[in-house]
Amino acid sequence: MVSNTSEELISNNEIVEEELEPTDLEDAVDNIERVVPAIEFRDVYLSFDDATILNGISFTVRRGETKVILGRSGGGKSTTIRLILGLLKPDSGQILIDGEDITHYSENEMMEVRKKVGMVFQEGALFDSLSVYDNVAYRLHEQGVSEQDVETEVRRMLRFVDLEDAIDKMPDELSGGMRRRVGIARALVGDPQIVLFDEPTAGLDPPTARTICELAIKLRDLEDVSSIFVTHELKNLEYLSNEYAVVDENGDVNFEQEGEKLCLINTEIVMLKEGKVIFTGKDDEFYASEDKYIQTFVHGK
Amino acid sequence: MNLLQKFLLELQEITLLITAAFVGLFKSPRYVKETVKQMDLIGVGSLPIVILTGFFTGGVLILQTFPLLVYYGAQGESGKAVSTSLIRELGPVLSALMVSGRIGSAISAELGSMVVSQQIDAMRALGTDPYRKLVAPRLIALIFMLPFLTVAADVFGLIGGGIVASTLFNQDYGVFLASVRNGITVEDIISGVIKPLFFGLIIGSIACYKGLSTTGGTVGVGRSTTSAVVLSSIVVIIFDFFLSRALQSILDVRPV
Repeated sequence: MVSNTSEELISNNEIVEEELEPTDLEDAVDNIERVVPAIEFRDVYLSFDDATILNGISFTVRRGETKVILGRSGGGKSTTIRLILGLLKPDSGQILIDGEDITHYSENEMMEVRKKVGMVFQEGALFDSLSVYDNVAYRLHEQGVSEQDVETEVRRMLRFVDLEDAIDKMPDELSGGMRRRVGIARALVGDPQIVLFDEPTAGLDPPTARTICELAIKLRDLEDVSSIFVTHELKNLEYLSNEYAVVDENGDVNFEQEGEKLCLINTEIVMLKEGKVIFTGKDDEFYASEDKYIQTFVHGK
Repeated sequence: MNLLQKFLLELQEITLLITAAFVGLFKSPRYVKETVKQMDLIGVGSLPIVILTGFFTGGVLILQTFPLLVYYGAQGESGKAVSTSLIRELGPVLSALMVSGRIGSAISAELGSMVVSQQIDAMRALGTDPYRKLVAPRLIALIFMLPFLTVAADVFGLIGGGIVASTLFNQDYGVFLASVRNGITVEDIISGVIKPLFFGLIIGSIACYKGLSTTGGTVGVGRSTTSAVVLSSIVVIIFDFFLSRALQSILDVRPV
């Protein structure tokens, strides 16, 4: 039986294979895969002209984990996720997706990697000339999927973000919050195992911002998606670090507070300051930190 | 960065953009529907302004040259005067300038807005190459449709010239037409249709490049739109000189 830790499994891989039954072997491979981080940054530097944007940042996002990247505006938060998608290239350092070093991938090679990653942009970045349906269906249309399958998938995604009624609308008929939700639905087509959120709640009213966070929590707890949530709003951090999603016996999704039942909320914080990581850890450690910059960030003064 | 460096850098970027767009044509997916849509927008959409421009240019050519031709006793050559200048020069250049104003600005503004609202990034994130999806259809549509627009401008220019010659100067239609037929050579027509192929490429590549390199929000969109129109118009006019010279040598065009 598999009693080894995942690390031991990797080092004793050959021995394990000999001893295990096929089903155990599948479990073991699954465990090994879970050890490989979904995203890894190794000492990444990036500068534009004379301005240093990222000054040697390193962090990992494990499978099923949500990393909240905090920091002031202009601190390199959005740049970090643009690097993951290969929309920018670092000056030095390595970026790994699923253990695969994508740092020097060409645009064509990146197209394959991008299929694994969904990205939610700050303002939604919906295509103005396409309807909600065509926006969400975009990736499937590009892949030449049959229209019947496209419609089924689009409706499933729009139901997930609770916007099925808006299927025939054009982006300019939608409110800010609806645009973000359509953006999320579009990013989730093809069930990517990594989702990147770039300030998805900026400029939204609190209830709508909460809805966006609930979607991120659902992805983390129910779909086992690894994600990066870039934000500067502490309210988002509070939701993501203290609540978890469960499905009740009626199939409805409920959000429960940490402490009501025993659970481990799979969310960590990465705090950036002037292109450097100054904190990595859980929310309680973050609030308890005596670092002056973090204190100012939390209390606003 | 000095001006020469900037010029060379832009030239390199535009060349890379054209290469990326055309290399993409040999791989799937090919955006045929998008290309046809752009042909409709660019070709059919620009037809009215090109026809109007051609018609009145032909008319004004006769208006200005007819008295001069009368002075030299060569009023029978009026059709030749208008057809030579229209088909060799004014038709291709004026159509290109009109299309540059109407389509160059639209392409640049559309792509620029897509850049500033992160739609281009979203497109790349969703696995689509914007050079193939956005640039290639526009380039193909411009290169394919501009020669047709030029022919339309030429034809309506000759009609305009004929109407002015007959109504204002009482010239017989038959004399005008015979002079037109006498004035046009096959080489003139060939060079008049080859030129817009290059002009289409110039307008399309500059407009797409300027649009995709937009920075600085909505103000940046305005800036790139203006520079796309100004730059493509100037390049069309300068390039026209060298292209005319080259075509004269290649096609061995005889002097009038």
